[in-house]
Amino acid sequence: MNENLFASFIAPTILGLPAAVLIILFPPLLIPTSKYLINNRLITTQQWLIKLTSKQMMTMHNTKGRTWSLMLVSLITFIATTNLLGLLPYSFTPTTQLSMNLAMAIPLWAGAVIMGFRSKIKNALAHFLPQGTPTPLIPMLVIIETISLLIQPMALAVRLTANITAGHLLMHLIGSATLAMSTINLPSTLIIFTILILLTILEIAVALIQAYVFTLLVSLYLHDNT
Amino acid sequence: MASVVGIFSHSSVSVPVKDKKLLEVKLGELPSWILMRDFSPSGIFGAFQRGYYRYYNKYINVKKGSISGITMVLACYVLFSYSFSYKHLKHERLRKYH
Repeated sequence: MNENLFASFIAPTILGLPAAVLIILFPPLLIPTSKYLINNRLITTQQWLIKLTSKQMMTMHNTKGRTWSLMLVSLITFIATTNLLGLLPYSFTPTTQLSMNLAMAIPLWAGAVIMGFRSKIKNALAHFLPQGTPTPLIPMLVIIETISLLIQPMALAVRLTANITAGHLLMHLIGSATLAMSTINLPSTLIIFTILILLTILEIAVALIQAYVFTLLVSLYLHDNT
Repeated sequence: MASVVGIFSHSSVSVPVKDKKLLEVKLGELPSWILMRDFSPSGIFGAFQRGYYRYYNKYINVKKGSISGITMVLACYVLFSYSFSYKHLKHERLRKYH
């Protein structure tokens, strides 16, 4: 039973070749592009959503920060579609793999920080010391701020991985508990089934929220550094 | 027929004129028909592209597209993922002892 619980997180392979690449390449098929002004319903809804989120996200940046808008909007679209597709039965969610989240988090964070250090080096270094600290505390506080800066990409990646993985695991467990209890005691089955429905609603919310949080934090790091 | 796609894909998507569609090929001609097809990478990519646009123009790129256009794709995705995980799902059938 232990082996089966985590088996859905194994990256699928075809004869040893990573089929996870195919699964990562699947979401763009669901998001068509169009060169016309008036489109079919699918493209219209998707364009409306993207316009809504991009306006919401990019208002707080200056001109230099807004050059990142394509990157951030595609990031939130990718994470949201990948997480939502992972809620389908039997599907594989690439964002449960820490390797992929690290690959997303580290370059984005490093890009924002290095950009900040290159353009405004005084402002970037000033982040290491909050205003108004008493003088004896300064050395320790610089160390603490450095550590909190260096841990940002790790926190981004691990947060996304842990949330999605935990949600999937919980759904697996409660689903199998519902199945097991269905032969033993029917009223408790209904209770557990209600819990399952609530969890599914939570998972849909978590899928979207995690995408949002990831992107928001990246844009926050960007804002600090432009 | 010169092209099997509708107008909503780019103009360079077409098949050579002498090919017949699969349903028009007689059963005895099937091996030679298969050998005539273009199996190079660009040929295979063209086949996927034509298939994608066939589905897209029929179900999604219409005036009143419904949700079934995308639901069919997701159902195929579920079946595809099921076939991947069949190997270790075999053990979870309803048996008395696991």
